[in-house]
Amino acid sequence: MIRRIPDWMFPRLTGAVAWALAGLVLSLILGISWMAWPHLSWAAWVGPGGRASNPLDPRSVCLAPLLIGTAARTFLMSLAVIPMGILTAVYLAEYAPSGSRMARTLRWLVQVLAGVPSVIFGLFGLGFFVGVVGGGLDRWNGDLASPVWGRPALLWASLTMALMTVPVVVVATEEALRSVPRDLRVAAIALGATRLQVLMRILLPNALPGIATGVILAIGRASGEVVPLLFTGAAVATQGSVALNERFMDLAYQVFVLSTQSPDPQASRPLLLTSVWALVFLSLLLNAGAAILRSRATPAARDRL
Amino acid sequence: MLAQRSFDHGPLRRRGIAFDTVTSEAPQNPVCIEIQSLSLWDGATQALRSVSLIVPERQVTALIGPSGCGKSSLLRCLNRMNDLIPGARVSGGCRVGGVDVQDHRVDVTQLRRRVGMIFQKSNPFPQSVFDNVAFGLRIGGCSGSELEGRVESALQRAALWDEVRDRLGESALRLSGGQQQRLCIARAVAVEPEVLLMDEPASALDPVSVGRIEDLIRELREDYTILMVTHHMQQAARLSDQTAFLHQGELVEVGRTDSIFSQPRDPRTEDYVTGRFG
Repeated sequence: MIRRIPDWMFPRLTGAVAWALAGLVLSLILGISWMAWPHLSWAAWVGPGGRASNPLDPRSVCLAPLLIGTAARTFLMSLAVIPMGILTAVYLAEYAPSGSRMARTLRWLVQVLAGVPSVIFGLFGLGFFVGVVGGGLDRWNGDLASPVWGRPALLWASLTMALMTVPVVVVATEEALRSVPRDLRVAAIALGATRLQVLMRILLPNALPGIATGVILAIGRASGEVVPLLFTGAAVATQGSVALNERFMDLAYQVFVLSTQSPDPQASRPLLLTSVWALVFLSLLLNAGAAILRSRATPAARDRL
Repeated sequence: MLAQRSFDHGPLRRRGIAFDTVTSEAPQNPVCIEIQSLSLWDGATQALRSVSLIVPERQVTALIGPSGCGKSSLLRCLNRMNDLIPGARVSGGCRVGGVDVQDHRVDVTQLRRRVGMIFQKSNPFPQSVFDNVAFGLRIGGCSGSELEGRVESALQRAALWDEVRDRLGESALRLSGGQQQRLCIARAVAVEPEVLLMDEPASALDPVSVGRIEDLIRELREDYTILMVTHHMQQAARLSDQTAFLHQGELVEVGRTDSIFSQPRDPRTEDYVTGRFG
């Protein structure tokens, strides 16, 4: 059967599929830009001057609070996911007895975490962070009537996202640590460096591009993710303040809400288009950043050329 | 772990090792490294078989022998780099400056600062020239102008200062192969060790760079005890005061370099130094 297919066909078939996909992505980006362009006025970014109307009216919502909310939750997530991911990866790559059953089990569990559906993370965040941790804080404060921490909020959404994306950072960091040339490690040890000094002065600096790539991929995944936010703290409208224990506005969540449950689809269309455009460009930027960092992933190897 | 902590040379003679040179043509310098009945297993295979060797201070001792004879393993025992190899076991002992190296109470990081090591393949860190030389000093807590002074003097001692004085901030990986190896020597010398272990330090270099490294070793000999593994017979003959020949993990013969090369006692040594095998 295979023998009867002429040799010129397969390159064309595979090429056609690859280019079709590329064309799809390009038309998505260009199409979104084309549709959103007329609406990308100054007012679309910062809102109409006299903020008179109902905050639930999509005509009075603009990109600024959405971007601020997304930036805030992504930043907080990074604060949690970077140390958590790096410490786990350092343990797996450096200290866990290599090849041991314990190390393998640990690595497997981290990979399981990567495969857990995001809705499960959302429910877990609601149950654990909002209910157990937040509720516990409120109980400790002794005021259960008006919860301060025991409600969906920016902090809990960020921590939930951190748990969801930590496998990306762990895998990237472990890989980056392992690919630091053994020569460098041996050289440092021969100079009398302790394991911690080797880690801090040789391994982590040389693994930095790889670690940064992992962090950006984690941010990229989290910034477009909606489902966990449904349960843990995103809101259609807020009072405008950003606080750890308040709900927040979010780009991806806004797109989800406007496209599925807008009370007035015509009125919300401009905001929907500009939000989608912003979301697409955010992910483009993050992917470009990850690609640039990845190309620098092994500075030692690159410099030796 | 150590059967014996005193180092008399009786057992050496009883084992029939040609060690008479130590007494008959004893080098003037005091002893720096004493290796006594050192055996090393790498898993099930025995890499060293009861090796005993005296290395005098401020001299160059060359370790020669065919590939896989245990030269490099012997070197790595002396600064405990063998610890990095899983499954390596050591029996017998070695002392560097009177300190029992294999003693588990020894602080290995301190030991490695006293016993520097140069590798076959130069391995500078992907950092600036200055940071490379400063590495060992910084992890020892040195900083500021003292650091700068010591980096400069280390580079001078490695005969590299004139070439890199204007390039201290440049990546060390931009230096030539020979310069990188001298940088590694500067990096090792910077922490002021007593001993330099060199594992074929010039084997991966071009002839001009080899010449420079050899000149450098001759100069370093004034201040450091050098134990050097080499495959290069002429290099051993040119550079070393004492030569030890290892074969299949066994120390076959040790003596003054000129006598090892001109009148070896053991037929295996003779075959090797005359190029009949290895």
